[in-house]
Amino acid sequence: MSRPAGNCPQCGARIEFQFSCAVQTVCEFCKSIIVRRDVDLALVGKVATLPPNSSPIQLRSEGIWNNKAFHVAGRIVYQYGLGGWNEWHLVFQDGKSGWLSDAQADFVLTFPLEPSEPLPQKDTLQTGNTFEWSSIRFHLTTLTKAHYVGVEGELPFEYWDKSEVLFADLRSADAHFATIDYSEEPPLLFLGESVTLDQLRMKNLRSFEGW
Amino acid sequence: MEARALVCPGCGGSVQLRGMTQTASAVCIQCLSIIDTTTPELRIIQQFMAAQRTLPLIPLGTRGKLRGDLYEAIGFQTRQIEVDGMAYEWREYVLFNPYKGFRYLSEYDGHWNDILPIKGLPIPTSGGVSYLNESYKHFQTATAETTYVMGEFPWKVMVGEKADCTDYVSPPRMLSSEKSGNEITWSIGEYMTGAQIAEAFQLKTALPDARGIYANQPSPFGNSVGSSWTLAVFLIAALAGVMVLSSMFMSQKEVFRQKYSFFPRTGVENSFVTSVFPLEGRTTNVELSVNTSLLNQWLYFNFALINDDTGEAYDFGREVSYYNGRDSDGAWSEGSASDTVLIPSIPPGRYYLRVEPEVDAASISSARGVNYEIVLRRDVPFNIPFGIAALLLLIPPVFTTLRKTRFEQARWQESDHAPAASDDDDSDSGDDD
Repeated sequence: MSRPAGNCPQCGARIEFQFSCAVQTVCEFCKSIIVRRDVDLALVGKVATLPPNSSPIQLRSEGIWNNKAFHVAGRIVYQYGLGGWNEWHLVFQDGKSGWLSDAQADFVLTFPLEPSEPLPQKDTLQTGNTFEWSSIRFHLTTLTKAHYVGVEGELPFEYWDKSEVLFADLRSADAHFATIDYSEEPPLLFLGESVTLDQLRMKNLRSFEGW
Repeated sequence: MEARALVCPGCGGSVQLRGMTQTASAVCIQCLSIIDTTTPELRIIQQFMAAQRTLPLIPLGTRGKLRGDLYEAIGFQTRQIEVDGMAYEWREYVLFNPYKGFRYLSEYDGHWNDILPIKGLPIPTSGGVSYLNESYKHFQTATAETTYVMGEFPWKVMVGEKADCTDYVSPPRMLSSEKSGNEITWSIGEYMTGAQIAEAFQLKTALPDARGIYANQPSPFGNSVGSSWTLAVFLIAALAGVMVLSSMFMSQKEVFRQKYSFFPRTGVENSFVTSVFPLEGRTTNVELSVNTSLLNQWLYFNFALINDDTGEAYDFGREVSYYNGRDSDGAWSEGSASDTVLIPSIPPGRYYLRVEPEVDAASISSARGVNYEIVLRRDVPFNIPFGIAALLLLIPPVFTTLRKTRFEQARWQESDHAPAASDDDDSDSGDDD
């Protein structure tokens, strides 16, 4: 696989996309956000300094889920009422993307799902609402307004210049998890479940002094 | 770089941080300020008063292994509920591992729970909730108020903050919901003893003994009731088997049978002796049966079983009486016209029986008399000890059942569903609903 490469339009540093599905990356040197359009690299913004982060996950962590290996390619960082929260972009060996969210070391693995019916409008949402996707009945438990803080690494879509984003979190009786991301129009649906790092057989995790 | 300590914006003191950046608030123990750690501004959420400072039984910073995973105690709070004007206070610990996240411990009266947030949603049932195919019974609903805090919390903790807490039990597990504002959070606890906690955290000082019975404390009789009944039934069946088997090996041989008629005459010796009969085999019992034609009469027999060779005699007396009639309550009867007695341990030999019937002469017409038959059997099964043994075997299961019942009563006495003894408890749950 030939890796698309080029130079950072801002600082001239070498830019190399590790994952062919990625369309956006961040220059490691000048923190410019660079997107791939046809064959050109375009500068679209700059990441402010990311807040301190204690996630045990980092870029280039690896794991295995359902017998498929994945790499951690990038992340979107949000800030919400209880602090920072990362959405880690996973790239599986078959090229598909998944998302590992980490809020206060509570890990949820989700995959995008194309809903058969349009998702509910954000102003109609109320906790307790129920929806059914993939034959699982979900109850809306939490509505979270999060602030977009920044990005790191490679993402499968262009994601920058956001401000406040609404997330609707849903749970099922058998511990399945769903989230509706209202940062785009139409909104995006992700389905998955709570996981532990042991279940994901993670390697290359960050090390913490004394732990 | 994660900060390991911050400067308290209230007093300038140092506040140690153990939860890295995963916590949302931290308490300055010098000036009792609660600091919002989610933003660099370090806003003070609250400054609180504490009449007395409670010391956690697990000092903050202590690490322990819970179900194989290492955790550090980083936060501590006391909370209370009020029932009938009485405050009940318990203690909660926030545990943290950077790879595993948060976990909690609670302690009340020496009873501990290991608590984790749950991932699914419990389903309401008629008497409680069901979660992952396990049903939990509603135990208590009450409003819990935070009364004292120390260390760090993954939420913005406040003293005086109230939450509606509902507990559902399926010992040793407990499902709890906490509702504050619109948010409902669910967690699952599993009962632990103080000894297990002290062992997990290698505590130097002993933890207080548990008092009373806690909501989800596993019953020490949980499985023992069923198994004690199973064991008793098994032993009784075995005993019955032995009984049947032993009776098969007993000869139960009839050694003597003779019919007599008795015509009482005053002033005359009524005694007589039977012919000699052999008692064979080992030393064993002899059963004597008397079947009489008595009706509304009594007869007293003086018996002596006499060894013809040695003259050794076994004396015993039996009274036989049988009455019946009819009164305002209907037919009645008393006694029996026949009697059986077992004479134990008679050595083999040649024996005869001396029989002396006695009677109140007036009660038996000398003309009609009384007919009776004496039967002697050698080596008969003796079932009464088996019956006693069977009854003794039933004592443990009956006792265990009673103790389990008492344990469950003590458990539910502390719940919203206590038996009618205190009506106030019921009205409390009503208030909270």
